[in-house]
Amino acid sequence: MTPEEIFQALQAKLGEDAVFDLHPVSAKDRDAWFQVAPEKILTVCHHLREAPELDFDYLECITGVDYPDLKKIVVVYHIYSYAKKRRIVLKAFLDRESPAMPTLVDVWSAANWQERECFDLLGVRFEGHPDLRRLLLPDDWEGHPLRKDWQEKADYHGIPTQRPNPVELFKIKLPKKDAEAS
Amino acid sequence: MSQVIFSVDRGGAGSEPEDEMTLNMGPHHPSTHGVLRFVISTDGEIIRKAVPDVGYLHRSIEKIGERCTYSGFMPYTDRVDYIAAMFANEAWASACEKLMGIEVPKRAQYLRVISCELNRIGSHMIALGAMAMDVGAVTPFPWALREREYINDFIEELCGARLTFNYHRIGGVSFDLPAGWADKVKRWLDRFEPIMVEFDRLISLNDIFIKRLANVAVVTAEEAKDWGLVGPNLRASGVKWDLRKEDGYSVYPELDFDVPVGRGRYGAVGDCWDRFYVRVEECRESAKILRQALDKIDEHPEDDLLGKLPKKMRPDGEAYARIESARGDMGCYVIGRGAEEAYRARFRTGSFTAMAMIEAKSPGLFLADLVALIASFDVVAPEIDR
Repeated sequence: MTPEEIFQALQAKLGEDAVFDLHPVSAKDRDAWFQVAPEKILTVCHHLREAPELDFDYLECITGVDYPDLKKIVVVYHIYSYAKKRRIVLKAFLDRESPAMPTLVDVWSAANWQERECFDLLGVRFEGHPDLRRLLLPDDWEGHPLRKDWQEKADYHGIPTQRPNPVELFKIKLPKKDAEAS
Repeated sequence: MSQVIFSVDRGGAGSEPEDEMTLNMGPHHPSTHGVLRFVISTDGEIIRKAVPDVGYLHRSIEKIGERCTYSGFMPYTDRVDYIAAMFANEAWASACEKLMGIEVPKRAQYLRVISCELNRIGSHMIALGAMAMDVGAVTPFPWALREREYINDFIEELCGARLTFNYHRIGGVSFDLPAGWADKVKRWLDRFEPIMVEFDRLISLNDIFIKRLANVAVVTAEEAKDWGLVGPNLRASGVKWDLRKEDGYSVYPELDFDVPVGRGRYGAVGDCWDRFYVRVEECRESAKILRQALDKIDEHPEDDLLGKLPKKMRPDGEAYARIESARGDMGCYVIGRGAEEAYRARFRTGSFTAMAMIEAKSPGLFLADLVALIASFDVVAPEIDR
């Protein structure tokens, strides 16, 4: 089954509002992908994992991408099936103001930390996640650094986050040419 | 990173039972392979729960990737995994090549395979030596490191750096083989292969070592897939799956090698000993690949190292590339939106998912076996934190 056939099978089984907007392989999209409705992701992924003809048992990667111009945060799922040797890519478009979607921890345990990372760095809330805490950044960190509009603060607990450019510090100041001439 | 240091409020309502103790391990514990921390609740020697606390080496590589040009990001990818830096180089290069449709010349592909397989042996040498040391055998570590030192010298001769190589380029590699280099590597392989037999006698088949590791922290194939374990950790659970075979990327289809899997020789399939021995066998397979690649590279013209690159790298689109790193399936997802910098650069690493599993795997283990479990997963802290 190609991703296109999987997409059609999903549409036939779960309805046209569950998965939509198929992008086949092209010069732009090197892997075929389609959109999945965020509120239906649990049903779709349960089906992907449980249906014997699909058997997607390996969640490779969860990536969050911020698109301020579209006012969206996109969560991208790369999923693989060991038995059938197939890959698919799903994308869930979330509202940028309050990005939230159901967790997939019950479908693939591998989602656990990847969702925590996505929460940490992009601020996507995965509802129903058993332990949605910051993972890589300190608990009291403010903001989500992988968002495009994130601004680095000047210091964190009194530790400066910027330092002067060492090249600037040690630059030898040459005497001004004008002074030499006069 | 978590601010919780200790929570030893005993006897209070809803707190931990009388006989449980909270123990802090790390972040500078010698067996944590970098800077890692565990908050462990134990009942005597038995772990009730071990909660990993990571992030000490977080450098936000992915944010840096959004600020550098495509080729300018290459040196940073070395820092994703400093023990096996070649693979992150290759992952980034393959993702960009897939995105921009760049063809890599055959000779460059062979050079990639050679450099990566050398690096894989070097990385496994650290993993094996460190694992033996973590469970109490000190001698194998300097043995393994001695062999790795030769590899570092070879790679230094090849590209000028010993750890952070920056050797691969988008579309190829940066340098050709130095004169006489291939013969030197082959001579070293003649020496290395008997040493791996000796290594078995020294440690892998040592009775005490086997008793220490067999049947400890067994990961079944189902669990391994569910938690997204990859590479040697997955294969040790009996899943014969290697991207070099399954995807057949680069020139791996032209080379003959086996994929070793865990067979449960001294205990259940997927125990700590299996994870150790899969790496031993992979070293042998890498040596096999190296010999073939060093012979076959001569069939391709010299100095054909870079493919045809677009004049300006401003791709619009997205691509996800995977390669088999020393720690398994390493994925790189890159999105471009017509700028000189990537819009999003994402690395999916093997250590990250392996580390995620430890909390679920730890209950019931002995405290000392947790050390064996961490070591057998061969986690590298910067690869978790990136």
